[in-house]
Amino acid sequence: MHEPPATTAAEATSREAIPEESLPLTVIAPQSGWDVLNLRELWRYRELFFFLAWRDVKIRYKQTVLGLAWAVAQPLATMAVFTLFLGKAAGVTAGIDHYPLFVFAGMVAWAFFSNTVTAAANSIVANERLVTKIYFPRIIMPMSTVGVGFFDLLIASALLVVLAASFGVYPGWTALSLPFIVVLLGLAASGVGTLLAALIVSQRDFKYVLGFGVQLWMFATPCVYMSSEALGPTARTWLPLNPAYGLVAAFRDAMLGRPLDGYSLAVSALAGGLLAVAGVYYFRRVERTFADTI
Amino acid sequence: MKPAIRAENLSKCYRIARGPRGDSNLTERLTGNAKALWERFRGRVANAEDFWALREVSFEVNPGEVVGIIGRNGAGKSTLLKVLSRIAEPTGGRAEIRGRMGSLLEVGTGFHPELTGRENVFLNGSVLGMSRRETTRKFDAIVAFAEVEQFLDTPVKRYSSGMYVRLAFAVAAHLEPEILIVDEVLAVGDATFQRRCVDRMAELARSGRTILFVSHNMQLIPVLCQRAILLDRGRVARVDDASRVTQEYLEGLVKGARTGDLRDKPRTGDGRARFVRAWLADLAGQPTVQFTCGEDLRIQVEIESSVARVDVAAAVVLTTQHGTRVVTSWTKEVGFRLNLRPGTQVFECSFRKATLRPGHTIMVNLWLSDGEVMDSVENALVVDVSAGESHKHLSPDAHQGVVVFDYDWREVSAV
Repeated sequence: MHEPPATTAAEATSREAIPEESLPLTVIAPQSGWDVLNLRELWRYRELFFFLAWRDVKIRYKQTVLGLAWAVAQPLATMAVFTLFLGKAAGVTAGIDHYPLFVFAGMVAWAFFSNTVTAAANSIVANERLVTKIYFPRIIMPMSTVGVGFFDLLIASALLVVLAASFGVYPGWTALSLPFIVVLLGLAASGVGTLLAALIVSQRDFKYVLGFGVQLWMFATPCVYMSSEALGPTARTWLPLNPAYGLVAAFRDAMLGRPLDGYSLAVSALAGGLLAVAGVYYFRRVERTFADTI
Repeated sequence: MKPAIRAENLSKCYRIARGPRGDSNLTERLTGNAKALWERFRGRVANAEDFWALREVSFEVNPGEVVGIIGRNGAGKSTLLKVLSRIAEPTGGRAEIRGRMGSLLEVGTGFHPELTGRENVFLNGSVLGMSRRETTRKFDAIVAFAEVEQFLDTPVKRYSSGMYVRLAFAVAAHLEPEILIVDEVLAVGDATFQRRCVDRMAELARSGRTILFVSHNMQLIPVLCQRAILLDRGRVARVDDASRVTQEYLEGLVKGARTGDLRDKPRTGDGRARFVRAWLADLAGQPTVQFTCGEDLRIQVEIESSVARVDVAAAVVLTTQHGTRVVTSWTKEVGFRLNLRPGTQVFECSFRKATLRPGHTIMVNLWLSDGEVMDSVENALVVDVSAGESHKHLSPDAHQGVVVFDYDWREVSAV
């Protein structure tokens, strides 16, 4: 009996060989203990860092009608609230010339810090599909969230300069330290966020800790809404251990042409650096189990 | 020549939490929770059981070879790919990968619905490990392959699912690593596109790339692969010529599914209710072996439940031996309310006048869910189709399609 032919796909024919000498060798094996930062690998994936940051910025401005306005809405609204309710309170505003400007400048830096912490902390669970399907150094995920925050910071800073000028306040030579301060702020924020991101993967409870923790943290960073003169000397000694404290204050002072407080900046920078190192180390240690535990 | 992939005793153990006991009081539960929290914080799972998804898996793949990985669900195929592509860390053993590796574990990961096609190509390329320069160079080829030229600046959330998948596969298919890991991506898209995907894989294979290919499609494996690795419950059961291994695997499936007893079958689901037996029933409901083309195909299943649930969903899915879906019957589609009571119950699913082509071996797959999958058994039962008196004229060649209709031919006068 004749039958219609059954379909068969073309057989693979001749093969060209790829020279094997130059091929990189990857070894997959269980690792134990504290593995050092694999910097060379991170460097290979640097483009991904920028792509993810760029993606977040893009999406932010595509999904929202107000777009750019959101970058300044948070500090502006907080400025209004603090000015209305705290601006008249005795003690709080001691030694501050333009309270609204003072609060706005502090909020711009604080918003950068807190939004980065939040975004970095949620980044791994928010990108669960990526984490469970594709390999890349996971640390890029929380780190790249600095991008959106930085973008907002730029826009808000532009508004801040305009606002300050309208009060007759101009940045002075201390503004030269701004890049340095912003980098430190970003490092501290993504360090804390990275630590939280790793914790949230294994235990979602940390999501809620994050929610009110960030709010509490703002009140623990009084430089946002009150002058350091209003705080006692003890507070001035210990508060810089909170990295946001010294860095937010330094950002504002540099933006508004005031002298920097060297002590609080140095202590906060150190605390921020240590937090970042601890966060990144913990993250790198547990990141290879993310796909299993997420 | 050094192997492109060498796996030595790769093992992967998952700790699986057992369900909470129902009869504890509040304090017990609270302390239990606190304990569990503490354990989880320390990276352990309380009440955990070890589950070895991979056990001492060893094999070698030479450069330029296309190797298939087959096995039932839960045999460890996906875990093996995850370990090899570094998504999950092995518990023991080691593997050496010589060359850049790209994986197609699921196309479209990393796509963002709000971004345009163009933006997603670059983002996805970067996620998959391509540099921006590389993506720019291949951009036109990717777009042409996906046939989405006129929608490049439209957000992909407005794409049809076909376009979406085509673009996603196009990016992945133009990734040119020395080693490519592919998991069932060929199951997507229309027939023409699937054809092109297969061609693209063959093309990649011809250009000397090493490909590791996981699939349920037992027709594709021998066509695309030279060798195949059969996994069974986490172990390598066999490594050999692809057509020989698939043949053996299929024979094993059939043998396993004859008995009708499902208690020891590999399955997924939480097990609150389980299929314990399945059989082909004759008119009297008695088990029978042969099915005659054109008669009613009755599948009876015995379900053992530990819970009472109203209106759960069940499905009986018929596939070919090669895993191609023939037909699905779903309780919800016909409005049958399947109510579970603790204990055993028997249900019947009947396909009326099932004209399956004689000569075929049909696999019966079972599924039960109340939102959470309770039980899902693949290849629960095997049905051999024979020709009855009325269908004696039909060819018993499995290549001629799974289903037959009553058809005739005639010549019509030319217009």
